[in-house]
Amino acid sequence: MAEKLLCASSDISDTTARICEVEGVEIGVIRHKGTIVAYRNVCPHQGGPVCEGLKMPRVCVEFDEQRRPLRQNFDTAEMHFVCPWHGWEFKIETGEAVGDSKIRLSRYKVVERDENVYVEI
Amino acid sequence: MTLTPNSPNYSSDTDPAIKEFNTTKLLKNARKQAEDRNYKDFFICDVDSHHYETEALPEILQYMDDPVLRHLGMSAGNVGRAGLIPQAIGSQDMAGRVTRYAGRNKEVVPEKPHRDITLTRRWMDAMGVDMACLFPTPMLLLATHPQPEVEVAMARAYNRWLCERILEEDKRIVSMVYLPMNEPHEAEKMIDEFAERKGVVGFLSTGYLKRPVHDNVNMRIYAKLEEHGMPLGFHAAYHWADSSLAQLNKFISVHALGFSFCNIIHMTNWVLNGMPERFPKLKTMWIESGLAWIPFLMQRLDNEYMMRTSDAPLLKKKPSDYMREMFYSSQPIELVDNKEALEVTFKMINAESQLLYSSDYPHWDMDLPSTIYDIPFLGEKAKRDILGGNAQKLFNLDPVMSDWKLEARKAG
Ligand code: FES
Repeated sequence: MAEKLLCASSDISDTTARICEVEGVEIGVIRHKGTIVAYRNVCPHQGGPVCEGLKMPRVCVEFDEQRRPLRQNFDTAEMHFVCPWHGWEFKIETGEAVGDSKIRLSRYKVVERDENVYVEI
Repeated sequence: MTLTPNSPNYSSDTDPAIKEFNTTKLLKNARKQAEDRNYKDFFICDVDSHHYETEALPEILQYMDDPVLRHLGMSAGNVGRAGLIPQAIGSQDMAGRVTRYAGRNKEVVPEKPHRDITLTRRWMDAMGVDMACLFPTPMLLLATHPQPEVEVAMARAYNRWLCERILEEDKRIVSMVYLPMNEPHEAEKMIDEFAERKGVVGFLSTGYLKRPVHDNVNMRIYAKLEEHGMPLGFHAAYHWADSSLAQLNKFISVHALGFSFCNIIHMTNWVLNGMPERFPKLKTMWIESGLAWIPFLMQRLDNEYMMRTSDAPLLKKKPSDYMREMFYSSQPIELVDNKEALEVTFKMINAESQLLYSSDYPHWDMDLPSTIYDIPFLGEKAKRDILGGNAQKLFNLDPVMSDWKLEARKAG
């Protein structure tokens, strides 16, 4: 596996994925919970640019003691990439689809060295 | 769990996914699919796509005969729908997650051709679609308007605008134009006015109707369509206020059931009242309910029909035999972990000749041509027929290939 330069460390934010092209493949890269994660920018559903959509937290439901819903809320501990084509959501941390954990974004190994970020491809 | 005390706006206008929105960019991966799969080698027709006609409402209203209704549409402080078109409750865009809804208004287009033509061509070219059958969006619920005269006036104005401003201008765009089924005598006039217009390939009944499709007042509509050799489309819609759906508390529920249910109701009436026997030359296409409802309904109706043939005396064969002769649009095709069920479905509906690809673009549950092209049990001919050949036959189309495909062919 070859290591390819993706971008400078300073180019990567923790709010919006940066889209880099390496050998004709688009890779979305973002800083998440202190580490850098990189996924192929192709959604396993119909191929949408999954890293270019909104970044949103998981939606959860809060119950009362009788299991009656009190309200919905956002759980910011679990952030998702939302594919802009149809809204499939993927956990940024693992790349798993929220609706079915067997389906995953394809992930690249990332190395940060000397202020630069590299992927193994 | 880390909960947010005050909800931030996760889809603000400044989000890079929304600002500087451009259809070609959003769909760049679709274009890659089109190139990788060599769509340049064959014709693709999308039989169900949409635009947002209310964005052109001031133009459309210029084609309205009734000056009082025209004024109503143009007033309301600024130009608004002002009661002309029912508004649906429900977040189609999933609270901004499907970014093309919020982005659409920001898309920059040249002054000419018409904005709707540019936007339509952009997604067509990205997906590899050569010709598209274009339908309105909010007007899909127009049949539920409590004032039938408003439905008729809007429908006529829209059809005129569509023919003159869009269909006349671009031969890659066609339409089955709006048929106000709630006012049958007006629907008949509509057929006379529009059947021969350029780009009109059929007529469309939308959503939940005030009378059942087999009502006697509709017979002249069907006879007229038969005379003109024009297919009739039933475009499903959900109608949350419908009593059978009113207990559903989520958009996902009402959308998943409502669309299929709409076509299930019309189809059941259509078949069991012997409409295919009464109008054997009238071709029908059932639009936007996915495919899973068809085998369900075929099995249910056949099972009961064999016990109760006396309830449906006009039928000369089983309900499923009639249904197998009708046409179906593909979207939203069910594709999650259902390969075997899908293969059975394709067999049961004679998909190779009766199924027509549709995208429903730009709506949230749109399907790319690859949803058909990548189906493993279909041969190349079946794929090409479903993606374009069947539509070409049904609509008697003169296929117009997109420029990029012609250029790609030349370049080899
Ligand atoms: S392509 Fe990503 S959600 Fe459909």
